[in-house]
Amino acid sequence: MIGIEHYLVVSSILFVMGVLGIFLNRKNVIIILMAIELILLAVNINLVAFSAFLGDLTGQIFAMFVLTVAASEAAIGLAILVIYFRGRGTIAVDDVNRMKG
Amino acid sequence: MIQVISFYLFASILIASAAMVIFARNPVHSVLWLIVAFFNAAGLMVLIGAEFIAMLLVIVYVGAVAVLFLFVVMMLDIDFTELRAGFVKNVPLGLLLAVILVAELILGIGAYRAGAVKLGIPEAGPATVSNSVPNIEAIGNLLYSKYIFLFESAGLILLVAMVGAIVLTHRRSHGTKGQNINSQNMRRPQDATRNVNQPVGQGVEL
Repeated sequence: MIGIEHYLVVSSILFVMGVLGIFLNRKNVIIILMAIELILLAVNINLVAFSAFLGDLTGQIFAMFVLTVAASEAAIGLAILVIYFRGRGTIAVDDVNRMKG
Repeated sequence: MIQVISFYLFASILIASAAMVIFARNPVHSVLWLIVAFFNAAGLMVLIGAEFIAMLLVIVYVGAVAVLFLFVVMMLDIDFTELRAGFVKNVPLGLLLAVILVAELILGIGAYRAGAVKLGIPEAGPATVSNSVPNIEAIGNLLYSKYIFLFESAGLILLVAMVGAIVLTHRRSHGTKGQNINSQNMRRPQDATRNVNQPVGQGVEL
């Protein structure tokens, strides 16, 4: 029988996959953005699972808002990436030190 | 039984494709694995009766976000092998951190199973799920009444993101002719036109 623990385990593994992705691909911003999407997906699975198992729809509503923020974050992040690439010709984040003053 | 089978199917494919997202050598493959991951997460959500969020996930993530990622990955001319230089160096620290995080989360879930911390049971309010109303209808009822301001601010966030992305990436190209609204509005009829009393049989002199 599938209980809430199964969903929590899946979403925590997914969350850790996202964190691991950020750590492993420290230079490639595109993969980092995808890892952030994975983290937000894990959060959404958590919210929806608790919503279903507690019988309260609020979790699903908030999953929708998380989805909204994730979409806009991806759009803005990729836009920043594009202008960064135009200026520097690379997307390696190791040497992002323009704002040091 | 079919619930158990489909849960384990969706969950294992989800985790495997999430691993492929972060381990794939080619970012295009990463995006494609991300799409697989989103589909399987949507399957997991359908399994517990949240079909609206599941459909939203497929439409928004696969239809918009993944396509945006694919577009950017293919548009930028990047040497991806150079970007993977530090990959092996980062593996031990990353794996250590991942193991610690998984252990913590599993510990929390085990403690929940052994007897959860009682924070009180949510009282039956307008958000309580009822079996007679379909999921989409219930979410709509809630979203357009109790959470209307949050809903509108979500729209505002999307608008700001759209404007921001356009402002950041828009390049004004040189050498093109555009409209000058001001001079257009300042132009008066007597400057631009003249009335002539044209005799019959003669050509018009311009």
